[in-house]
Amino acid sequence: MAQVSMTVNGKTASGEVEGRTLLSSFLRDTLKLTGTHVGCDTSQCGACVVHVDGVAVKSCTMLAAEADGADVATIEGQANADGSLNVIQQAFQDHHGLQCGFCTPGMVMSAAALLKENPKPSEGEVRAYLEGNICRCTGYHNIVKAIMAASGQDVSAIAAE
Amino acid sequence: MYNFEFEKPETVADAVAALGAEDAQALGGGQTLIPTLKQRLASPAVLVSLKGISEMQGICTANDGALCIGGATNHATVATEGGAYPALAATAAHIGDPAVRNRGTIGGSLANNDPSACYPAAALGSGATIVTNTREIAADDYFQGMFTTALEEGEIITEVRFPVPEKANYQKFLQPASRFALVGVFVAKYADGVRVAITGASNDGVFRWSEAEAALSANFAPEALDGLSLSGDDMISDLHGTGAYRAHLCAVMTKRAVAAAS
Ligand SMILES: Cc1cc2nc3c(=O)[nH]c(=O)nc-3n(C[C@H](O)[C@H](O)[C@H](O)COP(=O)(O)OP(=O)(O)OC[C@H]3O[C@@H](n4cnc5c(N)ncnc54)[C@H](O)[C@@H]3O)c2cc1C
Ligand code: FES
Ligand code: FES
Repeated sequence: MAQVSMTVNGKTASGEVEGRTLLSSFLRDTLKLTGTHVGCDTSQCGACVVHVDGVAVKSCTMLAAEADGADVATIEGQANADGSLNVIQQAFQDHHGLQCGFCTPGMVMSAAALLKENPKPSEGEVRAYLEGNICRCTGYHNIVKAIMAASGQDVSAIAAE
Repeated sequence: MYNFEFEKPETVADAVAALGAEDAQALGGGQTLIPTLKQRLASPAVLVSLKGISEMQGICTANDGALCIGGATNHATVATEGGAYPALAATAAHIGDPAVRNRGTIGGSLANNDPSACYPAAALGSGATIVTNTREIAADDYFQGMFTTALEEGEIITEVRFPVPEKANYQKFLQPASRFALVGVFVAKYADGVRVAITGASNDGVFRWSEAEAALSANFAPEALDGLSLSGDDMISDLHGTGAYRAHLCAVMTKRAVAAAS
């Protein structure tokens, strides 16, 4: 076992990990931050996406020990300071960007990473960026629409499905 | 996953020393190795992360104009900072998905030599040099079949040097479930000839299509490939496509790469 320490959503978090402990397990099992979901555990679905030092990674495919000293952001830290939903989360609600909600934490974290890199993405760019985020429910249209809306673009012309 | 010790050295020398331990294995971005460990297809006693080694990070241009990429540089960095070799940057930009590109490294991809991976085609198609802690290996000698390379036990890819061609392009026919290439073709035109490297097709892993290279060296145009074809007999045949289908794709994607080369 080794001690790791990282910043998670702005607060210092430390704990004991084995070599094999995944970042997703450390977040969920040690820190009890269960908003980060594990859908496939095979690096395919993106439900586990968090930010490490500002970029999107699949937390099921990164060792907790690799994140020692890193700045980690998860879905739990996304809401505004007063507890209200941030602009991406609110857009997902307004545009029905979720059904069962299982994929949503990863979708929101990927969307946040995209909008940081590319504040006004085209519909094609949103779809391409979400290549590694799989949703079994929505058919993606409303997720794409929500992200476009969160970027401040007019989405009335995008087909509502 | 079986348990292992984790080490994160800061220099190549310390990593080489750590890899000298029994059953030690290098860890790049983990985008291949972690899924492999989960399936218990590998059981190292020690994993030596290469991510903390600053001398293996980043991109620079050598005196001879070659683009040099540190072995632990991730795909996203090559996509955004590899602009001196646009076809290579574009290849990196289409590997997997954004999260995979933020972790996966060029050294890990070349060490793994997956028969459907993109970087092996770029490295072989560019006649790149694979630099390790002990030697320099020409791409032509480096790839030795599916998941097999010239690397010795414990040898680390510290850098990859790409001569920058006049024109090049990579065409990836996407296998949408895995996001790897069903077939991918890298074409590069240098002053002394054209190189064509194909991934995703052969049972022997990435290979050069020499007939196409000769035809394109004489005339760098899609028509130069008219009538040329590869046999599907020794090609990968699976539920995604037969060997014959892959052989057909090789010719189609080579033409597209020539047409798109810039
Ligand atoms: C969903 C998904 C989609 C993907 N799509 C694509 C794709 O479209 N195209 C593509 O090419 N790849 C794709 N990949 C693979 C990805 O590019 C991996 O990053 C890459 O194959 C392995 O690199 P890594 O740094 O993650 O290596 P790791 O997984 O850490 O290691 C792989 C192997 O290389 C060894 N190794 C690592 N670094 C070095 C080094 N510097 N020197 C010597 N040995 C080393 C390790 O010991 C291990 O045996 C995909 C992966 C996933 C999960
Ligand atoms: S749980 Fe990590 S990619 Fe699916
Ligand atoms: S809302 Fe159910 S998986 Fe996306």
